[in-house]
Amino acid sequence: MGKMPINFPAVRSDAATGQTFTGNRGLAIEEPLIFEIGSPETSGVDFEDPLSPGGEGVFGVPSPSKLALPSLQLQETASASGCGREKDRMRGDFSGNRLGGLERREPIGLPGLSEPEAIRHYLRLSQKNYSIDSGIFPLGSCTMKHNPRLNEKMARLPGFADIHPLQPEKTVQGALALMEELSRWLLELTGMQAVALSPKAGAHGELCGMVAIRAALEARGEGADRRIVLVPDSAHGTNPATAALLGFIVRRVKAGENGTVSVEAVREKLGPDVAAMMLTNPNTCGLFERDIVEIAAALHKAGAYLYCDGANFNAIAGKVRPGELGVDAMHINLHKTFSTPHGGGGPGAGPVVLSEALAPFAPLPYVVKEGQSYRLVEHQSGAGAQEKAFGRLTAFHGQMGMFVRALAYMMSHGADGIRQASEDAVLNANYVRACLRDVLSQPFGDKPCMHEVLFDDHFLRGTGISTLDFAKALIDEGFHPMTVYFPLVTSGAMLVEPTESESKQSLDQFIAAIRDLAEAAKAGDTKRFANAPRFAPRTRLDETRAAREPVLTYSEPLPRAAE
Amino acid sequence: MAQVKYTKDHEYIIVQDGTGTVGITNYAQDKLGDVTFVEVPANGKTVKKGDAAGVVESVKAASDVYSPVSGTIVEVNTALPDKPELINQDAEGSAWLFKITLSDASELDGLMDRDAYLAYAKEQG
Amino acid sequence: MRYLPHTDSDRRAMLAEVGVRDSDALFADVPDGKLLSELPALPRHQSEMAVERALSALASKNVPASAVPFFAGCGAYKHHVPATVDHIIQRSEFMTAYTPYQPEIAQGTLQYLFEFQSQVAALTGMEVANASMYDGSTAAAEAVLMAHRLTKRKKAVIAGGLHPHYRAVIETISRYSGHEVTALPADPEKTFEAECDGDTSCVVVQMPDVFGRVHDLGTLAVKVHAAGALMVVAVTEAVSFGALKSPGAMGADIVIAEGQSIGNGLNFGGPYVGLFATRNKFVRQMPGRLCGQTVDRDGRRGFVLTLSTREQHIRREKATSNICTNSGLCALAFTAHMTLLGEAGLRKLAALNHAAAVALARALSKVAGVQIITPHFFNEFTIKTPMPGEQVINRLADRTIIGGVPASRLWPDDKALANLIVVAATEVTREDDIAAYRAALNEVLDG
Repeated sequence: MGKMPINFPAVRSDAATGQTFTGNRGLAIEEPLIFEIGSPETSGVDFEDPLSPGGEGVFGVPSPSKLALPSLQLQETASASGCGREKDRMRGDFSGNRLGGLERREPIGLPGLSEPEAIRHYLRLSQKNYSIDSGIFPLGSCTMKHNPRLNEKMARLPGFADIHPLQPEKTVQGALALMEELSRWLLELTGMQAVALSPKAGAHGELCGMVAIRAALEARGEGADRRIVLVPDSAHGTNPATAALLGFIVRRVKAGENGTVSVEAVREKLGPDVAAMMLTNPNTCGLFERDIVEIAAALHKAGAYLYCDGANFNAIAGKVRPGELGVDAMHINLHKTFSTPHGGGGPGAGPVVLSEALAPFAPLPYVVKEGQSYRLVEHQSGAGAQEKAFGRLTAFHGQMGMFVRALAYMMSHGADGIRQASEDAVLNANYVRACLRDVLSQPFGDKPCMHEVLFDDHFLRGTGISTLDFAKALIDEGFHPMTVYFPLVTSGAMLVEPTESESKQSLDQFIAAIRDLAEAAKAGDTKRFANAPRFAPRTRLDETRAAREPVLTYSEPLPRAAE
Repeated sequence: MAQVKYTKDHEYIIVQDGTGTVGITNYAQDKLGDVTFVEVPANGKTVKKGDAAGVVESVKAASDVYSPVSGTIVEVNTALPDKPELINQDAEGSAWLFKITLSDASELDGLMDRDAYLAYAKEQG
Repeated sequence: MRYLPHTDSDRRAMLAEVGVRDSDALFADVPDGKLLSELPALPRHQSEMAVERALSALASKNVPASAVPFFAGCGAYKHHVPATVDHIIQRSEFMTAYTPYQPEIAQGTLQYLFEFQSQVAALTGMEVANASMYDGSTAAAEAVLMAHRLTKRKKAVIAGGLHPHYRAVIETISRYSGHEVTALPADPEKTFEAECDGDTSCVVVQMPDVFGRVHDLGTLAVKVHAAGALMVVAVTEAVSFGALKSPGAMGADIVIAEGQSIGNGLNFGGPYVGLFATRNKFVRQMPGRLCGQTVDRDGRRGFVLTLSTREQHIRREKATSNICTNSGLCALAFTAHMTLLGEAGLRKLAALNHAAAVALARALSKVAGVQIITPHFFNEFTIKTPMPGEQVINRLADRTIIGGVPASRLWPDDKALANLIVVAATEVTREDDIAAYRAALNEVLDG
């Protein structure tokens, strides 16, 4: 009978949109799961014939028949999953098997697709996604800037992509040199003394910085006494989560009416039990923490350290050096400020720059230059090793693929381009602010912001429309919404970060759409919001059901292959 | 005669003959949204006033439930883990979380009565 | 500058709209003297050609795995990635998308994550898997923390065969989060043994182990469970799922793995993709992102991130971990490659890997002075040479052969392991590679 066509339930929508037989609408094509269209014996990969012309197996193992790879012999297991037929193909000679009787005999339950089917499957899926390449992606504190394609080309050079982390060091000198060069750029831009390259993501970098602080306190004999970490209410959730993971107790610091943290507020919470403060600068409300120099001084005087969350570095790269503000440790999100792709949720990279005080407490491994060559220090003992290094946070050396991409970006922009990018990012956010200040509401009043501008839901009061509804209606206009409901200190927050990649034309279009939505909201056009989004590949999804009755894996049997 | 008291964390306690029935208020369930998961405390556990005693989760938030009083938990609502939506339907009635025998009835004096609580909740927005 | 759309006249018009004279006016909150007046001491902007020249020069100083007979493994493996996979992950809508927090316009990402989770659960023989972690080593540390939460105990026991980098990550996290670790020594003959007691939350065991050895974990599982602890199984070579009894079938409670072998190149150690799978009853304590199936308002099937209340953005201090991201694009590469392989393809791939390793072992065992010390293996095993492994490897490198990973690279202080080399073979290993290795090793050990 062959593979069954997949029918989707008829769409219950208004008559204007209509229904089609397939459930498709022109180029908007529905796509089933691989488990519904693939089969266990289909494959889109060919392997080399193990037989060489001499009639022996390619590895010198004589094979009795043409198809007999030294492969796995399946028992007559229950073939309810439709995998029965494959055992005919796969029965083979078992001589030379050194698996110790641990062969996998049961079917695994994996579908395969031929190459054209696979391309089509993933192409259709991709068409259901919004992306930076589609349009403005104004997510506050995410820095969704353009991902240059040169980065991709450079990262794929075999000399970078095809080298093993444990090859002899003399065979990877170019890679180690690249890591050193990236470090040089990061140190020069931040004015710090050392950099730990290995953290795999921003949150991982936070962990690294805070562990370095713990290690430094322990070296002073104060590890047990200093258990408090000060965190502003507006902080990203990773800050308190990281602190808690390390056994710190979070003590909250409130911002003032102007949205920033005053040094007096910090002094009130300081004591001999404080290990550090975690401060985002610019903060998550899009404002520069003006008291940061005094705050750093106060912390240092009290024997504590300042950790800076560098998620918003895009506002000040090339304009301000965190090292000159008194920062002791700061993670940098290469996938934000330095253009490596977000990938739909990773991979990222979160190297951490460290002050002189914390430099001895960087983790392993790190690169050192000796004369003309480079070496990796991977162990605490041995020549040149930092005694105080706190050990590993990850296997191997870090996200090399992202290092190449970030360095390609930095070299392309140069010092002048990086500065210009920061200025454009800040200008773009202020332009959005200036053009929307009369229709939207700002929690701290209308004043200059940095690279992102924060609005709240005050302007929606009385309309019955929430920030969430507003965001969903923006989807119908062809835009990804801004960050919503973060930071938590603001009611119904809407945090807009355009980045420097948006042209004036793109911004004008976005601004016009927001104005129209704001006016519609105030005019009481609830239908436009309550049913939104109407034109996306899916309407609002039932998240309650997903949480109450979790379905996290496919669990139907695979379809039987065609006879 | 039963008395009902409320905490600033939006728990209620209905006390009768030295036993209290504890749950979260209607205001709390409304703020949380659709409840997706409930964890009730261990039966027989001794708690002090303010100790965490259960968790109520919705899609967008997770809230610890704190015991309004000190005492020993003598019964937990076993229907809740399978039907978390009961909290949305009847937070202040059948969707109580646990029952506790009070070790210090004077702790009730520090809690709000219904009028005070309703005013407090209104202020919270 | 090719990445910046604004012209000077755009900037002037926008500054006028904002109502300031120049962009420095927007940096007024920066403390006095902290706004840089000079550019940082770094090169100015460069053309694509110039950047390409400079980076290509650096790349040419490295020896790529495809260029030489290559036998290094130990947690990262040289496999062939089909051209289709690299093409798929470069689709704009996958590569430049964000985390799928607005699911209506992210069904592409969400569906492939659901497919990925389902494949990982099937491969590991477990009931549920998450949407990936940074890599195998951080997944291992998270698994240990999860075991502590579930058992309410604080001590992890690490079997001797766990990759030392993975062990080091667990030790670092445990030390600073206030947990205990007992790490057993790396004795190649005792890598599947462990003792546990009433304080043990989990035993972490790698299979195949870091020396390449395969062994049934069934007996260990019984022992671990009898003590009320959990068995965490670590797998660093994902292709082995196509050949060996699954960790789930052997009694694992949590399975973590490095997924790099499928779809992702060597990349000098990153980015990689961590796999994490467990039983349904433990799902609320599982870290990382999770994608779940649901319906939209029109009743159509769709997918969303779910059970998010475990995560940092909601629980904050009480989160199961501080993780903020998965390894999305690497997970896509994994799932796309696994889809292209299918079950038959994966088994064939695994068979070829094993055959190559068997042939390599046969060839090397004929070199005078060389002992194969691994009785049973998948695609990796350990040899003992009459001289220190590091010396052997360096001399082989001089003969343009990457002969494997000397044990001293991972355990520099353990003299008992100094003469051991871990060697790997995969489907890319050819007969002439093996012949070249055998000949060169003969030379090196003779001289």
